Amino acid sequence: MSVMTAPPPAAARGSALGRLTLTELKLFTRGRALVGMLLTVAIPLLLLIIFGSIRSFNRPVKVYGGLTVLDVYVPILLALSLALLSLLTIPPVLACYREMGVLRRLQTTPAGPVRVLTAQLAVKLAAAAVTVILLLAVARIGYGVAWPRELAGFAVAGLLTAAALMAIGLFIAAVTPTGNVARGIGAIAFYPMMFFAGLWLPIQNMPPVLQHISHATPLGAAVPALQDATLGHWPTSLQLLTLAAYAVAFGLAAARLFRWE
Amino acid sequence: MPAVIEVQHLHKSYGKTVAVDDISFAVQEGEIFGILGPNGAGKSTTVECIEGLRAPDRGQITVLGLDPQRDRVELTQRLGVQLQDSQLPDQLRVAEALELYSAFYRAPADWHELMDVLGLAGKANTKFGKLSGGQKQRLSIALALVGSPQVAVLDELTTGLDPQARRDTWELIEGVRSRGVTIVLVTHFMEEAERLCDRVALIDAGRVVVVDSPAALAERAESEQRIQFRPSVPFDDGLLTVLPDVINVIHRGDVVVVTGNSNALNAVTSVLARHQVVARQLRVEQGSLEDAFLTLTGRHAGAGPSAGQN
Repeated sequence: MSVMTAPPPAAARGSALGRLTLTELKLFTRGRALVGMLLTVAIPLLLLIIFGSIRSFNRPVKVYGGLTVLDVYVPILLALSLALLSLLTIPPVLACYREMGVLRRLQTTPAGPVRVLTAQLAVKLAAAAVTVILLLAVARIGYGVAWPRELAGFAVAGLLTAAALMAIGLFIAAVTPTGNVARGIGAIAFYPMMFFAGLWLPIQNMPPVLQHISHATPLGAAVPALQDATLGHWPTSLQLLTLAAYAVAFGLAAARLFRWE
Repeated sequence: MPAVIEVQHLHKSYGKTVAVDDISFAVQEGEIFGILGPNGAGKSTTVECIEGLRAPDRGQITVLGLDPQRDRVELTQRLGVQLQDSQLPDQLRVAEALELYSAFYRAPADWHELMDVLGLAGKANTKFGKLSGGQKQRLSIALALVGSPQVAVLDELTTGLDPQARRDTWELIEGVRSRGVTIVLVTHFMEEAERLCDRVALIDAGRVVVVDSPAALAERAESEQRIQFRPSVPFDDGLLTVLPDVINVIHRGDVVVVTGNSNALNAVTSVLARHQVVARQLRVEQGSLEDAFLTLTGRHAGAGPSAGQN
């Protein structure tokens, strides 16, 4: 028989999911995706460095219960990095995969398209974890911001935030026909969500009505949860439930509406 | 010998549009089976049902004894697929794509050798977005073969390729067949079907018009001729259609195309002369597969769906 049917040693192959994840990771470091990846790290990091360098931001403020402006901003910047990853990088990639027939092609292989989604989320989740740790480390080492005192609560809030945002990202990928539309819708979702996270005006400084609205949004729930955990309190059930509800609702909607072609 | 692919009375509609009306055929082991027909005839829908990408509304399909819907997972291991208009991420390199796809299968081919065979070795580190049309097509074929499939379905294999790349691809497909892979080739190029296929199913308007070898199909057409001309004055089609030697008469703009047997030319010109119609720019064509295709589908369309002959 021919060379083409000679099986190579099985050990050389690796699992389909492992190989897909590695491939997604490589693609994340190339071309346009690389720019996106660097921006999701660079923008929060740059803001951290700017805010950290403003002297008044390092003094305790009464409105914030004795926290500094920088203390308040670190969780907002974490939310920013997660939102950049989930809303601005996931939807265009997946919608583009569908548009180009990548998902359809995978449907005809034993791997199937679900695995490429899993691989994509795994890579973005890993990138989110690295970014969060990097931001916390720079804040701690560079500007003396305390580590989160309630570490488990911080991790739970962080994971739920990532889950909620990625579910929204998947939902956008599910309902948009092309990569470009997905990019646009992701950006439209991103700005109001970041407003309610307190990026331009911390939630504590908002008028009461906006504070209420804010707490019902994913990042308006996430930021106080992360702030509480930083101070050593377990996040409130309402905050965690709000995040979980977004994750479940958008996750289910995405699963229902997602088309492979 | 049992058929590798058996399609029986396949029917598939999208809303009110009937894509596949009633299609049946069987593909034997080791052959190159062509599915030929004009755009929109139902070719792609038919192979998408074979691949398990679409569920038929009615009818039976077995591929290697498997049901494409129920036994999807097993089928994907044994059926290689090349899709029309399916791309890879622009930033993915050729070698990476092959390595990735080979990880999907339980007994993959050696993708290094496959890359050599398909003339892609020099492009191993080239990104998909930087490949030429022909190179993308060859990579797509390589990916269809990387799982060591028993059957490969190739949809619009050479569409968009220049003539040289097309010929190279044909040689490649013959090489694949010589390795024992059964091939289903979807095409609307007569020349491609004539060159590659052992048998061809001619599909038109969601039905099989005829299944035969390309040579036999061309032979059918050889006993027929097509007569084209511009009449100097309008005339009644009935003058020609009543002639026993004439099969049909169609109009393309102000050109009249008469299909008939080998005596048709004499009969047509004498009738026209009798009625003082001058046949300008008269052209007569003898049969090729292309003519067989046109006469068979043309007659079919004119005579209604019941004329489909299997």
